[in-house]
Parts: sequence; C-alpha cells; structure tokens
Amino acid sequence: MTPDQILFIVTALISTLAAVMVVSRRNMVHAALFLVLTLFGVAVAFVLLEAPFLAVVQVLVYIGAIAILMIFAVMLTRNVTDDSGDPFNKNARVGGLAALFVFSLLVVMFGGWSQFTAYPQAGDTSGSIVQLGVALTAADGYVIAFEVASMLLLGALVGAIFVVWPRQNENE
Amino acid sequence: MVPISWYLIWAAALFSIGLFGVLSRKNAVAILMGVELMLNAVNINLVAFWRYLDVRAIAGQAFAVMVFAVAAAEVAVGLALVISVYRRRQTVAADEIDLLKW
Amino acid sequence: MTDPLALLGDWLLNLLAQLNLPPGLRQVILYLLGVSVIATVALVITIFNTWLERKIAARIQDRLGPNRVGPWGLLQPIADAIKMLTKEDTTPAAADKVAYNIAPILAVVSVLLIWAVIPFTSQWFGTQLNVAVLYIAAVGSFGVLAVLMAGWSSNNKYALLGAFRAVSQLISYEVPLFLSLLIPVLLARSMDISVIVEKQATLLEMYVVAAPLAALLFFISSVAEVGRTPFDLLEAESEIVAGYHIEYSGFKFGMFQAGEFMHTFTIAALTALLFLGGWQGPGVAQAPILGLFYFMGKSFAVYFVTMWMRSTLPRIRIDHMQALNWKILVPIALTLLMLTPIVDYFTKDLGVLFSAFGGALTLSWRFAALLLTNILVTLAAIEAVRRNAKRNFVERSRFPERPVARPPREEAA
Repeated sequence: MTPDQILFIVTALISTLAAVMVVSRRNMVHAALFLVLTLFGVAVAFVLLEAPFLAVVQVLVYIGAIAILMIFAVMLTRNVTDDSGDPFNKNARVGGLAALFVFSLLVVMFGGWSQFTAYPQAGDTSGSIVQLGVALTAADGYVIAFEVASMLLLGALVGAIFVVWPRQNENE
Repeated sequence: MVPISWYLIWAAALFSIGLFGVLSRKNAVAILMGVELMLNAVNINLVAFWRYLDVRAIAGQAFAVMVFAVAAAEVAVGLALVISVYRRRQTVAADEIDLLKW
Repeated sequence: MTDPLALLGDWLLNLLAQLNLPPGLRQVILYLLGVSVIATVALVITIFNTWLERKIAARIQDRLGPNRVGPWGLLQPIADAIKMLTKEDTTPAAADKVAYNIAPILAVVSVLLIWAVIPFTSQWFGTQLNVAVLYIAAVGSFGVLAVLMAGWSSNNKYALLGAFRAVSQLISYEVPLFLSLLIPVLLARSMDISVIVEKQATLLEMYVVAAPLAALLFFISSVAEVGRTPFDLLEAESEIVAGYHIEYSGFKFGMFQAGEFMHTFTIAALTALLFLGGWQGPGVAQAPILGLFYFMGKSFAVYFVTMWMRSTLPRIRIDHMQALNWKILVPIALTLLMLTPIVDYFTKDLGVLFSAFGGALTLSWRFAALLLTNILVTLAAIEAVRRNAKRNFVERSRFPERPVARPPREEAA
C-alpha cells in the first residue's frame, strides 16, 4: 500500500460513513454537520486528484456557503418531527432497495468498462488552473455554459429573495 | 497510485446513499442534503475522468465548476421554498405537503 | 549570506538519514516539523501581541497597562494563560458534547491554516500554493462553522442568538472581503501570494498605490470578519452577554480568545502581503533574511492601526453594520472590480510615467491610471453617500433652538 492509497481509503471510509449518518440521523443539525464532513472528504479527494482549485472551491462553496445555509434552514424550521419520531417516510424500504439496485447497476456497468482499472495518465497538471480559466471564457470553450451559469445564479439569488420576502397581506 | 475503479465505486456509493436520502427522508431539508450528496458523487466522477483519461481536455473540471454553480443555485432556491412552506404550513415533512396531490 | 533555515533543514535531513528511515517517512517528519514550527511561531506572536495590545491600548487611554509580572509586565500573558488553564473546564449538561468540544479547535485551526501559505521571506514559506488567495478565503469558512457550532451546541439562548448575529455579520462581510481580495490577484495575474509579493518590488509598485481603495475595503471588511471594535457586535459584552462563547470556560474559552487575537494579526499580515509588498524592501535581493524584518515591520504597522481603532472607536450599531456593508462596501467593491481590469487592459503597455532615485521610485502609467480610478471611485462614493444620507439636520432645524444652560455672565459682572 502506498501512502496515497492509505489516504484515499481513510478519506473514502470517513466520508461514506458520514454520508450514511447524513441520511439516517434524526437530529437534523447533526445530519448537517456530517454533511460538512462528507463534503470535506470530497475536497480531499479533489486534492488527491490534483485539482487544487476545485478542492478549494469545494470548501468555499459547500462548507462556507451551502452547509451554513443548510444549518440555518434547519434551525429556522424547527419542528417536532425533527428530533423525535421516524425520520423516514413509508417508502424507506423501497428507497433502500432502489439505492442498492442503482449502486449494483453502477458497479456492474463500470466493471464492464475497458478502462475500469486504469491508472492516472502521466501528464503535467500544474497548468490546469490557467487551462480551466481559459476554457471557461474562450469562445470555442465553455463561455456560453459559463454565462448561463452566471445567469442561473443571478436568477436563483433574485428568486430566493422573492420567495422568502415577507408579504404584508399574508400575516393573518 | 490509486486505480480509477476506487474513485468510481466510492462515488457510486455516495450517489446511492444520496439517492436513498432523497427517496426516503421525511424532512425536506434532508432531501436537499441527499441531492447534495448525489451532486458531489457526480463531481468526483467528473474530476476522476479528467485526471485519469485526458489531462489536456479540461472538460471534466469545467463541468465540475458548472455543477458547483447549479448546486449553489439549487440550495438557495430550495431552502427558500422550504422556509416559505414552513411559514404557511408549519411543517417541513415532504409527505405532509400534499395540496397538489389527488 | 547563507540561509539559516536551509542549514537547519539540511542538518535535520542528515540526522534523519543517519536514523535509516525510509525517504517517504523522512519527508513526512520534516513536513510535520515545519507545520509545528509555523503554528508555534503564529501562537508565540499571538502571546506577545496580547501584551503589546494591552500596553498600547493603555497608553492611548492614558493608563499604564500591565506592569507587575516581569519587566514592563512582559510575563503578563503567561500569567493570564496559567490562570486560564487552571480554571474549571465546564460543559453544560444539555450541551451537544461532540460539537461543543470541536468548535473551539475549529476556531483556532481556521486561522492557523492561513499561516500555511504566508511567505515570511522569499525563501521561508509553509507551502507555495497556486490558489493561495482562494485558499485563504476557503479556510475562513471553517471559522463561520465554528461559531455556528459553538452557538448551537451550547444549548443556550444567548449563545444561539449571538451565533446568529455573528454568522450574519461574518457572511455579509465575506462579500466585500473576497471582492477586494480579487484586485491584487487581477493586478498580479496570479493567486499565488509569493508571486503577488514578488510583483510589488519597489515602493511605488506596492498595490496600495495602485488600489488604495481596495486596500481600505480589505482592511475594513477583515476587521469586521475578526469581529473587533468597531465591529465587535458578536460578543458585545454590554448587550448579549458574550455572544456565542458564553458557555465556554477555561482552556476552551482561551482557544476562542487566542483564535481571535491570532486572526487579527493574520489579517494585518495579509494586508501587508497583498497591498504593502510583504517581504519586499531595500537589500532583500542580497540578503533574503532582511525580508522577515520588513514583513514583520509592515504587519505590526497594520496591526497597530487595528489596536488604535480598538481603543478609540465605539461599537457600531447592528443596522449600521449591515448598511455599511451592503449599501457602501459591496457597491464600491463591485465598481472597483469592474473598472480595474478595464483600466488595466488599456494602460498595461504604456510604460513609465516617471522614475527617480535610479529606479527606486518608478511610477508606471498603469499604476497612475489605476490610482486615478481609485480616487475617482472614492469621490463618487463619498458624493453618493452624501446625497443619499438621511437628512437629520434638516428635521432638527424645524424645532426652535432649545435654551442652553449658561453661566449667568451679566449678573456676575
């Protein structure tokens, strides 16, 4: 076992266990904190995959914004169903079976792929940030997707504010 | 070095756990958390394919960035909807929000 | 001149080679040593800074400050630390134990992680990361998480309310902070802090010349991010007992406190690196070790300003805090972020405006144009604020002038 294999196994185990806790904990704040752990594990995986930019953005976006927003939402919607009672709905068994089915399907499908056990290609990844920046703004790259994403974010910003804005005539 | 299969299986596991969360949790916020897990699994795959198959083609990373943007937008609007529903109906249990059901 | 740290590193490598350790493990041990050295340096500076801060605040407020323990009270922080460590370590019965205990660690770690990318001299740095500026922004988010965890897990109304106040302030001020952080990145065309410092080679090439407004925005919003006066609403002792760490005592409280002090010095160091040229100074090319003194000197100069602010300014009101951020800082930062690349694009090839003292003072057209842009944006912002200010003085002038108590002068005479 090489050091990066050990690192991968530890990361994958911790974040998979944390993901199981996310979907099974009754206490929603705990679930959100475990979500942070899972997302941090994914960030570590990005570092192992030599994509430091994405790792940092993962921490910034997911832990710095999304997880905090989740915890806020949990605290603002405190309810009796949060801390007691069954956290699962009546489809839980079917859901579990479906998840297992999808997992085995994915593994079987990937297993049949010719490059399933491929090792990383020898290549210099140090310039990937510049490459990514150019690709996101070049006309023959992803500039349209980039602009659409920015419009989507703007729309989401306006939409979220509009949805939760307290209206005068509704406070009966 | 780690073969790509490890990343793929790990991502598949995260995806399935997320799917289970989406399908079977009562709390709407928990459902959104499940969606986040699934999106992250997709991101791991995208970046793993970029690193293992073709480092010169940046598509994997570029699409991971798009997924970040979509995830951020989805969470902002989703949580706004959850809070809005909670204000009107005092519940965030997804199976109690059934006005459109017939 | 040989680099003492490099000599030390070679000596350590030889020592480890004699122990017949595998090369991978040798590297790991060296990294661990480096990490602990940098973390210790940051913490020792913090201990010294608490003394410095109390002494300077005392002088500003016409007091003496600590002067009992050791010469000039120099051992006061150690006495304080011993007092803090010997206090009872309490945990509320209804607290969420795990989150309660992780939160203070996270608060310190989020600041310590920043020191990993800070270059002390051109050769001494933890790691050279090509996304360093983004990394600094990212690890800061652990601090927000720590505050939220501390407030929630204490199971105390005041702690939770304090945490909500704190998080709303931290998240709001992250916006102008990140936007102003992008301006040195734009000017240096790199997110690597070492490169940003290298580009600020002479006095007039420091980014505070090209982007003084961005430096000011960065400084203000990072002071707000630390939660120091005038932005200390997070732990406003006179309003919400102590904010999110009300339930913490002893060592854990000490960790929050240490994290806050360390964060203050860290933002001073970051301002010095990003806008004041870090380790750059005369003679650095010949003797890189001089850079450490320049860097520390600049950092302490900025740190002095934060201490000065803390001991003179009153606390800002909470709605003013939010209004300052969203109505003033964010629009200015966005305008600046739009104008800087445009001006930069059209002036980058124009050459030198003037040069004096054999190139020691060289102002390029690019920096002059950027400086002009900054000044114009500042003037426009001041005008906009002045026009849209609530005109309280007009309202007040409607009332007749109230009689003012005056000493009866005529009668006495």
